[in-house]
Amino acid sequence: MSLATAARFAGRELRGGLRGFRIFIACLALGVAAIAGVGSVRSAIQEGLSEQGAVMLGGDAQARFTYRFASEDERAFLDSLATKVSEVTDFRSMATVVRDGRTERGLTQVKSVDDAYPLLGTMLLDPPMPLDEALAGDAHPGAVMAKVLADRLALAPGDTFRLGSATFTLSATIVTEPDDAGDGFGLGPRTLVRTGDLAGSGLLEPGSLFETEYRLLLPPDADLDALETEAEARFEGQGIRWRDARNGAPGIARFVERLGNFLVLVGLSGLAVGGIGVSSAVRAYLARKTPVIATLKTLGADRATIFQTYFLQIGALSLLGIALGLILGAAVPMALSPVISAALPVPVVFSLYPLPLVEAAVYGLLTALIFTLWPLARTEDVRAASLFREALDSGRALPATRFVVITLGLLALLVGVAAVFSGNAMIALWMAGGILGSLVILALAAIGVRALARRAMPASRGRPALRWALGAIGGPRETAVSVVLSLGLGLSVLSAIGQIDGNLRTAISRDLPDVAPSYFFVDIQPDQIDGYLDRLASDPAVSRVDTAPMLRGVVTRINGQRAQDVAGDHWVVRGDRGITYAAQPDSRTRVTTGRWWPRDYDGPPQVSFAAEEAEEIGLKLGDTITVNILGRDITATVTSFREVDFSTAGIGFVMTLDPAALQGAPHTFISTVYAAPEAEARILRDLADAYPNITAIRVKDAIDRISVLLEGIAGAIRWGAAATLLTGFLVLIGAAAAGEGARTYEAAVLKTLGASRARILQSFALRSALLGAAAGGVALVAGSLGGWAVCTFLMDTTYAPIWSSALGIVAGGVVATLLAGFAFAWRPLAAKPARVLRARE
Amino acid sequence: MPDTAIALEDVTLTLMGNTGPVEILHGISLDVARGETIGLIGPSGSGKSSLLMVMGGLETATSGRVSVLGQDVTRLDEDRLARLRRDHMGVVFQSFNLIPTMTALENVATPLELAGHRDAFDRAAAELESVGLGARSGHYPAQLSGGEQQRVALARASAPRPDILLADEPTGNLDGPNGAAIMDLLFGLRDRHGATLVLVTHSNTLAERCDRVVRLRDGRVDDARMRAAE
Repeated sequence: MSLATAARFAGRELRGGLRGFRIFIACLALGVAAIAGVGSVRSAIQEGLSEQGAVMLGGDAQARFTYRFASEDERAFLDSLATKVSEVTDFRSMATVVRDGRTERGLTQVKSVDDAYPLLGTMLLDPPMPLDEALAGDAHPGAVMAKVLADRLALAPGDTFRLGSATFTLSATIVTEPDDAGDGFGLGPRTLVRTGDLAGSGLLEPGSLFETEYRLLLPPDADLDALETEAEARFEGQGIRWRDARNGAPGIARFVERLGNFLVLVGLSGLAVGGIGVSSAVRAYLARKTPVIATLKTLGADRATIFQTYFLQIGALSLLGIALGLILGAAVPMALSPVISAALPVPVVFSLYPLPLVEAAVYGLLTALIFTLWPLARTEDVRAASLFREALDSGRALPATRFVVITLGLLALLVGVAAVFSGNAMIALWMAGGILGSLVILALAAIGVRALARRAMPASRGRPALRWALGAIGGPRETAVSVVLSLGLGLSVLSAIGQIDGNLRTAISRDLPDVAPSYFFVDIQPDQIDGYLDRLASDPAVSRVDTAPMLRGVVTRINGQRAQDVAGDHWVVRGDRGITYAAQPDSRTRVTTGRWWPRDYDGPPQVSFAAEEAEEIGLKLGDTITVNILGRDITATVTSFREVDFSTAGIGFVMTLDPAALQGAPHTFISTVYAAPEAEARILRDLADAYPNITAIRVKDAIDRISVLLEGIAGAIRWGAAATLLTGFLVLIGAAAAGEGARTYEAAVLKTLGASRARILQSFALRSALLGAAAGGVALVAGSLGGWAVCTFLMDTTYAPIWSSALGIVAGGVVATLLAGFAFAWRPLAAKPARVLRARE
Repeated sequence: MPDTAIALEDVTLTLMGNTGPVEILHGISLDVARGETIGLIGPSGSGKSSLLMVMGGLETATSGRVSVLGQDVTRLDEDRLARLRRDHMGVVFQSFNLIPTMTALENVATPLELAGHRDAFDRAAAELESVGLGARSGHYPAQLSGGEQQRVALARASAPRPDILLADEPTGNLDGPNGAAIMDLLFGLRDRHGATLVLVTHSNTLAERCDRVVRLRDGRVDDARMRAAE
């Protein structure tokens, strides 16, 4: 039988219009639109980052040094590459203001620059003035700072403040800092000064934690690849990191990519919910078409022709839904571009990006195939005899084996595609497992709900409204399954996000302050540490002080190979890391494997590595790690692994070397102070007055900043989940609409038997509420399980149910089903029984 | 070609009902000669329609042998049965079973298209003309009266010139005059094309128009008489 004949039959069938397929198309369109929209915004940000890469980087290329300046040779090399070079240092410090005998302090991220800054872009200031003029100052050198910090310190242009021991005049506040986004996450607002004006401030001393960047303007014909190769060869073994404008803000780019990819995966769950709607719509459609299929079979159509006829119809409608979704997904971000641009701190270039649309279309196609193939396969089971005998079924629970195999193959393909597109196979697999697991739980729950409804029927005697409701839920129609699956999956995603977000917030905002120190002090010079400790030892409000020598270095090689080749993109090898040394492990250190070096060890360098990170990277005892500190490579053998708990925000180093390995390297001390909250301000004042160069980071402030960041991320994910829920609601409406005819008949019969409309409505409301509560309850269990798994296995935090979110989910389920139920209750209630019953005859 | 159009040999049909297996036909043996017209009569539930469906391969006999034009249909899979019907049979139902999304012309053309006839629509138009519905060819089933719908169904069944016409109470949903007109058409078509006709009916009068009448009771042949022998 030719496909052309099937296509002709399909065309004739579709002349009936889209009746019964609006929800089908809406489900697919919404799911595809959510994925296409997220992908388009992700591409718009990536394009913005790419276009503005040089501006954010501060030049066409950049060489970054960790707490040292370039040597003369190195500077000469950089000068030889560029048409212009700008030197910028970046470090944390405290801005202090003395006013009326009281000292105000604010943590700040200081950027000190030379005359060439900025090489690209423009610094906009308030009041408007050129940067050179702002930094020139008057009696004191000039400075500009972020408005939030100026406000916090009550500084106005013309006022003075101190950085370390140096005094500056605030000339203006910063409106736009062109290279701000490229600097990544900073704990303090920005202060910008001339590097030369920091002389004598005590802030850029040997061992201090600062970074120096050399930004380069390159000739127009510069070959970035060749230059990168040349620079890496020239700086080999000196711990210098080279970046160019192609990746001006790697941290943000990575974050956007990961969050975007994760949101696409959340969008996939929406598509899965839509798939349930799609599947229900196809099943309902084919049920209506049973006489037509049987007639075609009677007239001689074989199974292939029948299958092709309906496959082509459903395929055409799927393509329509996907096309609508792609149009929406591309158009909505563009329509909202002013709002999105204003809300994001990075440049965004809105345009039509084909790749995210292709990604969304592939997801849409695969989902449509997976969810329609199964019901379509059942067309084979329709027998011609059903024209004269109802309720004839093949009795098979599953369609033909080949359809089961194809469906499983498509499912595997979808997961594979998700793994490729998301760039993180593990998250894609977890997500796929989560969705499939939830669907299985929900399907079992739906069966359970129906069985429970049937079991409860006898107990509802004497309460007709409840009995009718239970009868409808436990009856042969598929409404219960459809509602529990679609709404349940949407609510499960939302529930899991609520549980994860709530537990993370609890861990960070409530539990962490209980175990975290009050302050981190950094940049304590070796000659200051004794005095520093003496002051704290005499303070009864201080319960604990930890100190450790600290250097920063870059892991360049593992077992002689490039670190990135061994550890990939693991955070330990990504930037520079804090490193300490110790003769002996302290009382809180627990060595898990290997042995610590002897107290007076003086042999080849040894390192004790954090156990969890070592396992992630794949390190074993005896491996060698090469760390570049201040331009010098130190290769140490891993002789032990130890537990490092980063979750308490205390001092924790991935690498501890033996003291001899770092002998002579300039370094400072880092310290954590655990003190009573009421004493925190006094301790800060005492220490900052005594040691103006040291920087205090209040842990609660850092927690607040991280909480704000988490809120943003959770908000974005909630929007993704909302699309899933909206799709679930659409499926609900579809189920309610599909059951309207049956409810109309039921209402007509009940009215004939003497039931009032109020009682019938009560029964409708009861069945909606029961189904909604069931969907919400199951979602609560599935979401809590997901939340527990993520908290326990991925985040290493304790899990406790977040009841506010949990109860909200159940309530949401009930309200959603009630709304959908009521929306389709009026026609059954209003219909005249005689007309309905006559039409049925 | 064999002289026997349909041969049933000790045919039983058992279907699964809600309360267990239900025996519909019990050991029916019956031969229908080519070109013969046969009326199946009997009370409701006697198994008339089921027997017709077994003859058409629409229902598979549980045991026994069913031979249609020399082919043992009990050994054919569903697709081969569909092809057998496409090439050799026309079926008319009480409830018409027209495809609602197709016009009258398209409904009639469907079996011809399935058989791959390039002139399917020309032949369908001629067939509609022959049942007096040439002017209604562009109408959808919902725009036609019951009698007109059954005429379209008749045209659809006879358009491929089948060797066998199976009719399951074709006038059951029609009033007297319309029913009579349909039966005239049905027998007229059969006479013109010489097809074997098996007619299921409640009406003894209609059955009497056939060459032979077979009465069923409780799934068994109760009585089989040749009209000429009466």
